[in-house]
Amino acid sequence: MRLNLPEGAVDCNVHLPVPTVEDLCPYLPEAWREIVRLRGIKGFGHIGAKPDSPAACRPDWLGEDGVPGGTAVDLVSRVLDQRKVSRAIVHALYPVQRIHDAPMAAAFAAAVNDYVASHWLSCDTRLSASIVVPAQDPRAAAIEIDRCAADTRFVQILMLASGDLPYGHPIYRPIWERAEAHSLPVMLHAGSAGRYPPTPSGWPTYHFELAVDDALAGQAQLASLVSHGVFNTFPELRVVLSGMGFAWLPSFGWRMSKFWRGTRIEVPWIREPPAETIRRHVRLTLRPFDAGATSSEFERVLDHLGSDEMLLFSSDYPSWHFDGSDPVPPGISVPQLARMAVENPHATYSRLGR
Amino acid sequence: MLDMPETRDAVADKIGEPIIDVDVHPGLASADEIRPYMPRRMWELLGELGPGGRGGGEYPKAVPEAHRQDAAPAPGQVAGSDLEFMRRQYLDPLNIRYSLLSPLRYSGQTENNPDLAVAVCQAMNEWQRVRWTSQDQRLKASILVPIEQPEVAAQIIEGWADTPDFAQVLLLTRTADPLGRRRYWPIYEAAERHGFPVAIHVFGSPGHAPTPAGWPSYYLEEMTSHSAACQGMIASFVAEGVFERFPTLKIVSLEGGFAWLPSLEWRMDRAFDRFRSEMRHLKMRPSEYLRRNLFVATQPIEEPERRRHLMEIIEWIGVERIMFSSDYPHWDFDDPARVLPGRIGSEARTKILSGNAMRVYRLGL
Repeated sequence: MRLNLPEGAVDCNVHLPVPTVEDLCPYLPEAWREIVRLRGIKGFGHIGAKPDSPAACRPDWLGEDGVPGGTAVDLVSRVLDQRKVSRAIVHALYPVQRIHDAPMAAAFAAAVNDYVASHWLSCDTRLSASIVVPAQDPRAAAIEIDRCAADTRFVQILMLASGDLPYGHPIYRPIWERAEAHSLPVMLHAGSAGRYPPTPSGWPTYHFELAVDDALAGQAQLASLVSHGVFNTFPELRVVLSGMGFAWLPSFGWRMSKFWRGTRIEVPWIREPPAETIRRHVRLTLRPFDAGATSSEFERVLDHLGSDEMLLFSSDYPSWHFDGSDPVPPGISVPQLARMAVENPHATYSRLGR
Repeated sequence: MLDMPETRDAVADKIGEPIIDVDVHPGLASADEIRPYMPRRMWELLGELGPGGRGGGEYPKAVPEAHRQDAAPAPGQVAGSDLEFMRRQYLDPLNIRYSLLSPLRYSGQTENNPDLAVAVCQAMNEWQRVRWTSQDQRLKASILVPIEQPEVAAQIIEGWADTPDFAQVLLLTRTADPLGRRRYWPIYEAAERHGFPVAIHVFGSPGHAPTPAGWPSYYLEEMTSHSAACQGMIASFVAEGVFERFPTLKIVSLEGGFAWLPSLEWRMDRAFDRFRSEMRHLKMRPSEYLRRNLFVATQPIEEPERRRHLMEIIEWIGVERIMFSSDYPHWDFDDPARVLPGRIGSEARTKILSGNAMRVYRLGL
């Protein structure tokens, strides 16, 4: 059965095509443009799957020119008009965090944000965007957050699930501080800056494994944020995990709560079971949908999550997570969909407005 | 578990059935215990330069040596190092029929020097036989192998294949490469040929960060990361086609818990649908291989706020794939009398507490 999305639905994870260096050059300062030209910089690799591969882009959503997701007209038509979605939170997963030269990363982050604002946000008022930050240098990231936050069309901060250090580390404090000050949730999106292998046993062989292992970096970030007490210091902070499923979260919370009981000696500032902290502060997007093969399994996963406030509707456009035109996984009830697509996004993203 | 412990006698009464525990840690009272089993040159080298590893495991435990504080045979002694004490505290009162020994600490498996690695592994194998399994019929040893030298490991497995003291091959989750990689296949070939399950215990310090997000700060995070290591490892076994090549190989996941397994299987099946062009060497869906080839040990068992959630996880996985483990004498020991949900029923309880292990390890009660 096809469910219509409720009125006011928000798609919380929509990918813009990753811009090329040529796309960004107009937004780079002259000195950096010259560096790009003199050094022949073509790009910085990929944060995950090659964006135009079938793994990342549904074949029928590949533009004529090979651009994943196609043009702005294609995106607005498919993501907003056809699905009757009223708002979409978009981002360009440019591999800023892969750059080892921190000032260069800061220049490219600013260029990406300006490019997204002028090239995409200006196309349709229903599009909101994510601030890409040079997390390599958290003070520079904080400056970029302040700069972009002045434009209220930016509704969240975006970082990769795997960066230089686990994000609970005190060096990241300026980012969390600015995020809370501007009421900007921080999305940790599946993808890696390439500093660490995707498993504790090194690099997997197959793309299939990379897709399965995406969830592992998210788990590590939650453990880090909670252990370091980031949510104690910033009680209004919200973190959104995206592109890595959600069915793994209940068992992760159970494990961490259990171990916390035995290891409180090293984290005495943690006063409640981590699973409770996570329920309050962490949100997860719906796609890729990993909660079982049947609707009864999905019902149980929701029960195990212990909260109906955590899931945010997302299509992950143009990723290939479903065929046909209905982005809603089967088994979701009308009231559940209303929560995931309308109420939860608005409760998470205060800048969306109604 | 959270409840206050009862006295051991009461626990034994309550269990009333024999237990097979698939993860118990015997300890060396001192390194000198393996000296008689090592070539003199290797022993001297170890004394002169110390063990060689890749480092990175510097997360102080929450209690000394991660041991149960009541498990030291006498003040200052190493927990798990005295068989007589182990009998009194653990084997007898818990009605243990068999215990699978998993020696950890410095066991040679991750030693850098290839000759020293073999010497220590073999000394530890001999030590298990002489000091433990030959002294108590309830104890079964693990064949320790130099993990990063798979060809040599296969020869070591071969060498112990006819010694009934040994019940399995032991590996660690954190290795130089994901364990499904073809270079490790000689280990699986030898294990399958001789009917040994391959048990894989959490830990190992291969030099990689213990999480894909980098080096964490706290032991709490490291503890939590073990199940992630299990997940990446299992994805590797499936993706590389290990179970296609070795269809009767049994993999046992030790000390990673198990509540993450259903979501891992769902995630893998979905990724498999998307990556079929890359995964043409697989004839079945990932979850089908895992149902045939993967077994999980219970400890440290997950403790949801609602116990029925644990029951639902057990139903999803299937009772036949789950085996009890205690982790004695470590601090996060699970008690067989209280570890399983009350509503599980006696038939399923017996399968987890002994029946499944009898089948996997071909042990008779």
